[in-house]
Amino acid sequence: MSAILEVSALCKSFGGLQVARSIDLNVEQGERHLLIGPNGAGKTTLFNLISGDLTASSGSISLMGHKVTRSSTAVRAQLGLARTYQILTLFGRDNLLHNVKLALLGKSAMRWRQWGAFDTEQTLSTRAMQVLDSVGLSGKAHLPLEQTSYGEKRRLEIAMALAQNPQVLLLDEPLAGLSSEERDTIIALLGLIDKGITILMIEHDMEVALAFADRITLLHDGEVITTGTRREVVDDPRTKEIYLGH
Amino acid sequence: MKRAAYAALLVLLFSLPWWIGGVYYVNLASQILIAALFAMSLNLLVGYAGLTSLGHAGYLGLSAYTSSWLMVNLGWGHLASASAALAGTTLMAAMFGLIALRATGISFLMITLALGQILWGVAYRWAGVTGGDNGISGLTRPSPFGLDLGNPNYFYFFSLTVFLLVWGLIAVWVASPFGASIRGTKDQPRRMSALGFNVWLIRWTTFIASGFLGAVAGLMYVYYQQFISPHSLSLANSAEMLLMVIAGGPGTLSGPVVGAALVVLLKNVASDYIDRWVMLLGFVFIFIVMFVPGGIVAGIARLGSSSMLLRKLRGTKPDLQPGAGHAGNAP
Amino acid sequence: MAFWFIQSLNSLALGGVLFTLAAGFSLIFGLMRIANLSHGAYFMFGAYLGLTVLQHGYGFSVAVLAAGLGVGILGGIVERVVLRRLAGNSLSQVLATLGVAFVIADSSLWLWGGDPQTVSSPALLSGAAQIFGLTFPLYRLAVLVFSILIAIGLWLLLDKTKLGVMIRASVDDRQMAQGVGVPASKLFTIVFCLGTALAGMGGVIAAPILSVYPGLDADMLPLALVVVILGGLGSLAGAFIGSFVIAFIYSFGQVLFPDLAYIILFLPMVVILAVRPRGLFGRITA
Repeated sequence: MSAILEVSALCKSFGGLQVARSIDLNVEQGERHLLIGPNGAGKTTLFNLISGDLTASSGSISLMGHKVTRSSTAVRAQLGLARTYQILTLFGRDNLLHNVKLALLGKSAMRWRQWGAFDTEQTLSTRAMQVLDSVGLSGKAHLPLEQTSYGEKRRLEIAMALAQNPQVLLLDEPLAGLSSEERDTIIALLGLIDKGITILMIEHDMEVALAFADRITLLHDGEVITTGTRREVVDDPRTKEIYLGH
Repeated sequence: MKRAAYAALLVLLFSLPWWIGGVYYVNLASQILIAALFAMSLNLLVGYAGLTSLGHAGYLGLSAYTSSWLMVNLGWGHLASASAALAGTTLMAAMFGLIALRATGISFLMITLALGQILWGVAYRWAGVTGGDNGISGLTRPSPFGLDLGNPNYFYFFSLTVFLLVWGLIAVWVASPFGASIRGTKDQPRRMSALGFNVWLIRWTTFIASGFLGAVAGLMYVYYQQFISPHSLSLANSAEMLLMVIAGGPGTLSGPVVGAALVVLLKNVASDYIDRWVMLLGFVFIFIVMFVPGGIVAGIARLGSSSMLLRKLRGTKPDLQPGAGHAGNAP
Repeated sequence: MAFWFIQSLNSLALGGVLFTLAAGFSLIFGLMRIANLSHGAYFMFGAYLGLTVLQHGYGFSVAVLAAGLGVGILGGIVERVVLRRLAGNSLSQVLATLGVAFVIADSSLWLWGGDPQTVSSPALLSGAAQIFGLTFPLYRLAVLVFSILIAIGLWLLLDKTKLGVMIRASVDDRQMAQGVGVPASKLFTIVFCLGTALAGMGGVIAAPILSVYPGLDADMLPLALVVVILGGLGSLAGAFIGSFVIAFIYSFGQVLFPDLAYIILFLPMVVILAVRPRGLFGRITA
């Protein structure tokens, strides 16, 4: 099976500052791949490069066999990529249902329809409720976003990413800033995600990371230090050096 | 409850010439409707797509000048010249959109300002074609179905019909899935991209639609005034239109209408009592920008909800509307 | 031959006027990220103020200073009462300046009436100089010299004084500057006053050339914008060079291609905004 996400010699610099140094990354379909590394290692930058929020200086990215290095974010999303963001960028003026419906709309041919009230549209609404249900938020579907807690917003982010029916899911620190109860909820949620969906996740919590991951890649200063199975990376002396060495 | 209110409003609007008290007020009503058309067309860009433009008067002018010139110089009839004006202006909007959408935020504001100034400059300087400062005068009103629109009442009904058609068109459009995507690009453009939406195309489409409806408004304007001059394309005019949208309530259906009414009434009625209506308009606008950012419509809604709050506190159940999802559906 | 020289001098004078207008706008935008759409109104108001001072029998330099002071104070009031409250919301600030423009323009109409007013150049400079057998109106030369003096003065301010250092630091990296203790809000007020005062003085200086009339603000604002876009928002050197480039294009364009004068003027602005939003020199994207 060829990798569903292939990153090859990816480089990115801002003026004199190099934030990604020749990164190679291969993720197989269905894999749960973890991206770890100290703060400033360039993990979110790599996510931005993969999703198209940033354009690479050199190197290549392939999604599902398609070269997407120069493609826009929207094109990559249409191919089957979805991601969550560290900083919440949800639709604050709307309720939860509307947020999810927009996520569904993005992949639906309906998004070009210039008539027919979106709010009362049934097909998307039903599907959206299902998605909200899968993350335990169906009870709050009609609540405006501002009336939900941070943890619930995080769950909504994941719901929206799932609503896009992705083949590859990028999760950027899904557990950051959450209470232990909320973390448990989300961890359980992550475990339930369809095994056919490939997940690439950034996470600091080592316990969670190790429990969840099939393979791990360690980044530091914009370059890949080591990559491999859980065991391989944990046993690698460079890992210990980076996390304990300074 | 809402249906009854709308029905009553329609009755009032259609019966207006009989209760408003005189030709002067009927004409005033026509002017408000036409100004509302401008504001509504601009609102698509400003309120729904989140793209603030200071060159919108350009479409008014281009449409008005095109139809006028064709009628005066080539002897074309109303239908033909109107069609050409609409087509030409919409095409120009499409081209302007290609240029303007390369920028966002303040840059977009400045590009639209510059594009509007270019059109104004052409109207002002290309005297051979446009009549320069003198403009084009001696224009006639169309006679749809043989009706003489020289009659103020008939012209009012004509304006009302066009207004209601455009209002309905916009209402359906912004409520549609595409309309929801337009609003999405205003709130979170990056997120919309990540969700698979082609943000540029959504914006460009809105730009064109805004230009088209601005062209419609331009035609109505020149039919009413029977005259067009460069002043109508001026920066001051574009600014006034923006004022209408922002003051009334951007991103709502009724906001631009309220804003248009405010400006037209200040201009015509208030000026009988207050000499300095422009200053008043300026102060009102500053006040709204500072303290009521959602415009007059939002301010009224807030007053309404605080009265709902009061009723709740007093123990009576407030009249709750079913979850509409967002303020964009406010009437 | 004479035509070219005279037009060139006119262009240089206009360039000088545009510089006083654009420099203020550029400073305000560079530091505060506010596109001050009332800048033309301050220019016009200053011209009217100067006119009044002259009509009361005072000298031209008094008029210029009084206009600068008066408009600067007005700007300060606007900044503290209105713009400061909208800090962080660029669009709202721009809209607010639009409202302010309406208010100032109408106040001018109210206070000074609707008739265009001419202003004669100061007696000392009313004559003409004979250079190479050509007659150059002294006043236009003086305007050019004055604008160069202002440019030098501003450069000295920004480069050599503590205030200037703070301004430049804040333009380059506002957060960092605040982090090291630069008092942002005081700085904003000072710069806004300075920027508007420059516009006000420019109005008086321009008055013998452009006259003073309602609508002057709407005529000048787009020119200031074109200059600033061309030269780069926040760049003083850009504003200086841009002012003269635009002045030349405008003056010669009016004479050589009257029909297309405005297109020639605004097309470059459109192109630059579409292709290189930073302008020729600026470091800040709008």
